[in-house]
Amino acid sequence: MSLLELKDVTKRFGGLQAVGHMTFSLNKGEILGLIGPNGAGKTTIFNLINGYVTPTSGGILFKDERIDGLKPHVVCHRGLARTFQVVKPLARLTVLENVMASAFCRTNNRETAREMALEATAFSEMESWRDRSAGSLPLGMRKRLEMARALATKPDLLLLDENFAGLNPAEVEKTIEIVKKIHGSDVTILIIEHIMRVIMSISHRLICINYGEKIAEGTPREVADNQQVIDAYLGVAHA
Amino acid sequence: MKAARILGAAAVLLIPVATQNPYVLHMLIMVLMWVVLGQSWNLLGGYTGQVSFGHAAFFGIGAYTAGILIKGGAPPATAWAGLLLGGLTATIAAAVIGWICFRLRGPYFALSVLALAEVLRLVAVNWKQLTNGAEGILLIPAFNTKAYYYYIVLAIAALNFVVIRFVMRSKLGYYFLAIREDQDAAESLGIDTTKYKLYSLLISAFFTGMAGAFYLNYMNFIDPGIVFSIHDVSIMVILVTMLGGVATYWGPAVGAVLYILVSEIFRVWLKSGHLVFFGILIIVLIVFFPNGIVGTWNERAAKRSRRRVAAGPETT
Amino acid sequence: MSPQVAGQIELLLQVLISGVLLGGLYALLGLGMSLIMGVMKIINLAHGELMMVGMYITFWAFTLLRVDPYVSILLVFPALFLLGALLQKYLIAPVMEVDSILPENQVLLTVGIGMVLSNLALLFFSANYRSVPVSYANKTMYWDLKPGGQTISLSFSVPMLVAFGIALVLGSALFLFLGRTDLGRMIRATAQDKRAAALMGVNTKRMTYVTFGLGSALVGAAGALLVPVYYLFPQIGGPFTLKAFIITVLGGMGNIPGAVLGGVVLGLAESLGSVYISLGYKDAFGFIIFVLVLIFLPKGLLGKGRA
Repeated sequence: MSLLELKDVTKRFGGLQAVGHMTFSLNKGEILGLIGPNGAGKTTIFNLINGYVTPTSGGILFKDERIDGLKPHVVCHRGLARTFQVVKPLARLTVLENVMASAFCRTNNRETAREMALEATAFSEMESWRDRSAGSLPLGMRKRLEMARALATKPDLLLLDENFAGLNPAEVEKTIEIVKKIHGSDVTILIIEHIMRVIMSISHRLICINYGEKIAEGTPREVADNQQVIDAYLGVAHA
Repeated sequence: MKAARILGAAAVLLIPVATQNPYVLHMLIMVLMWVVLGQSWNLLGGYTGQVSFGHAAFFGIGAYTAGILIKGGAPPATAWAGLLLGGLTATIAAAVIGWICFRLRGPYFALSVLALAEVLRLVAVNWKQLTNGAEGILLIPAFNTKAYYYYIVLAIAALNFVVIRFVMRSKLGYYFLAIREDQDAAESLGIDTTKYKLYSLLISAFFTGMAGAFYLNYMNFIDPGIVFSIHDVSIMVILVTMLGGVATYWGPAVGAVLYILVSEIFRVWLKSGHLVFFGILIIVLIVFFPNGIVGTWNERAAKRSRRRVAAGPETT
Repeated sequence: MSPQVAGQIELLLQVLISGVLLGGLYALLGLGMSLIMGVMKIINLAHGELMMVGMYITFWAFTLLRVDPYVSILLVFPALFLLGALLQKYLIAPVMEVDSILPENQVLLTVGIGMVLSNLALLFFSANYRSVPVSYANKTMYWDLKPGGQTISLSFSVPMLVAFGIALVLGSALFLFLGRTDLGRMIRATAQDKRAAALMGVNTKRMTYVTFGLGSALVGAAGALLVPVYYLFPQIGGPFTLKAFIITVLGGMGNIPGAVLGGVVLGLAESLGSVYISLGYKDAFGFIIFVLVLIFLPKGLLGKGRA
C-alpha cells in the first residue's frame, strides 16, 4: 500500500523548471533513497511534499489524501515530518525545549510534551545534550537534533534531508543505527543523501534525479549500475 | 528566596499606606503603567519576535474607547467598565491589524503597524464628532486619591505578569519562542505561525488597551498627540523593554523604573533638552548591554553555570 | 468649454504640478534611506533628524554668512557625509555585530541618535520656528494655456522648481555613481551579497560607512532644498522619517529610479488627497498606500528591489 504518491508533479520558479513530471510512490514501511547531483531538485521535492512550495501542476497524495497546497503545519499534523539540510535549530532554546516545541504537535499538556521530548532525545541518543542551548551544539548534534525534533511530532513518514553530511565516520555509523531504529519503530522514510555507502546500505529502493526529472528507479544495485546515473554524477565526458 | 518575595510583595502593597505623598505615588503609578506596557510589548516583541513599532495604536484605542464611553455612552460607562472595554476594543482592533500586517515579516511588519497606528491618530484628530478632534477628551476624576489608582494599575500589572508567566509555561509559550527563533522551522514542526502570532498580539493588545484606558482615567485627559504618539508611546515602550531586557520576566519592570526615574531626574535637573541625555543613555545601554540589563545579567549567570544562553521559558 | 470646467481642469493641473514638484523633494529624501536600507538592511529612524541637521546648517550659513541655501548644499553634503559615516563606523556597525535576541537593537540605536540630535538642536537653537528670508521664497512663474477660448493659468513655485531640478540632478548622479564607478559597483556588490563581496576583496565595512555617509548627505541636501520653502524647528525630523520609509517601500529598497517614482507618487497622493478628499487626512493617504504596497507589491512599484 502506498503511503505517499507524487503524480506528475512539476514546479517552475519563473521560467526555470526545478522539478518536472515527477512521479513516484513510497510504500508503507519502506526506506526510499533520493539521489542526484547538486542542484538536481531533491530539496525542492521535499519542499513540495511538506508544503513550503506548491506544485505548478500535478498532485501529491499522503495516506490517499491530497496534501499539495496545504500549509507545512497542516502536513505535519497529518503525520509527515522532515529535517533540514541547512539545520534550523531554535538557537536560544535548549535541546529539550526544541524537542518539546515539536512534541506539542500531539499534545497540549506540558508534562506530556516533556516526556515525549525526553523519549525522543533518548531515542536519538542525545540525553547528555538536553540542557545545552541548541545554538551552541556542534554540527553533528545539530543534525541529530533535527531528527529528534521530527520524531517528536510522531510522524508516519519522515523526510531526512542530508542528515549525514559533514559527520565524522563514528557519527555516520551512529546515525545509520538511529535511522534503522526509527524505521524499526514503524516509520516510513524518504531520505536524501550524498554519501553512497550510507544510501546503498540503508535504502530498500533508490530514485535518481537530474535536472528535476527522474532518470532511474530501482534497487540500489540497479540504480548504481545505471549508465544515465553514472553520467549524471561523473559527467557525460566519462562515457 | 520565597521570604524575599513575600516581603517584596508586602512592601509594594503597603506603599500607599506608608506615604501619601502624591508626587511619589504619581511616579510609582507611571512606573507601573509602563510595566504593563513593557510586559505587553515584550510578549509580542520579545518572546514571539514580532517587533511592533505601533503599539500606540492599542494604547490609543483603549484610551479613546474608555473616554468616549465614559463621556458619551448611553448609559455612560463606569471607570471600571471603561478599563475592560478599552482592553476589548484594542483586542478587536488587533485582530484586524494582525490580519493585515502578519502577512509581512520582520521590519516590514514593524513598519506596517506603525503606519496603521499613524492612520488611527489621524482619524482621532479628524473625526471630531466622535473624538472631539485635537482638543481631546476631558473627564471628571472618578477617584480622588492617588492610592486608588495605584492599586488599580498594580492589579493590572500583576494580572498581566501572571498571564504572561502562565502563557510562557504552556504550549503557547513554546510556540511563541519557536516562531521567534525560526519561523520556517516552526511551520514544519506543526505550528500554525499565523495563528499563534495573532494570539500573542491579541493578549498584548488587550493589556496595552487596558493601560490606555487606565491612563485616561488617571490623567482625566487625552488627546491624539499623546496617546497615539509614535515617539512617546510606540518607540518608548520598545526602549523600556529593550533597556530592561527583552524576553525576560523582569526586564520590562527594570526598564520602566529606569525610564521614569532617569527621565524625571533629567527633567528636574536640566529642564529643556533633557532628552539629550536620555538619548545618550539609550545609545550607551544598547552598545554595552545588547540584551538589556536583565538579559545581560542572565547571560553572565548562564556563562557561569555553562547552561543555556538566555530567554528560554524558565529564565527569570 | 464652460468656465466651470476650465476652472476644474485648472485646479487639477495645478494640484498635479505641485504634487510632482513636492515629489522631487521627497525623492531626494527617499533616495538616502533607500540606499541605506537596500545596502545595509538598516532601518534608520534618525533619517529625518539628519535632514534637520542639514536644515540648520543651511539656516546658520545663511544667517551668519549670507550663503544662499542652494550654495550651502556644497557645505551640507560633505558635513552630513562625515556625520553619517562616523555614526555608522562608531555606533551602528559595532551594534550590528553583536548577537542580540532581536535584530531591532540597531533600530533603537538610531532612535537614540535621533533623540540626541533633535534635543541638541532644541538645547542650542530653542524650539522656535525659523525660516530663511530669501528673496525668491515666494517667487512664482506662470504659464497660461488657452484651450477652447478659456484661459487656464498655472503657477510654478520657483524654489520648488529649483529643488525639483537639483533633486533630479543628484538622483541621476547617484544612479550613475552606483552603476558606472568602481566604488558604486562595490556598494552594489555589498548590497547583493555581503559575504561574496567580502570574498571578492571588497572592504564591505568601509562600504557601509560610505553608504551611510551618502545616504545622510542626500537627506541633508534635501533639507537644504527644503529651507527656502518651509520653516525649520528641532522636532521637524520625525514625520519626514516616516515619509522616507513610505517612499523607500514604494520604490523598492535600494532601487534608485524607484525612489524617485516613490517620491513623486507620495507627493501626488498628498496633494491630490488634500485637495479632493480632506486636508486633515493628507498624511493618511501615504500610510495607506504604504501598507497596500507592502502587502500587494512587496518589491515596490517597479517590481524589483536592489540597485
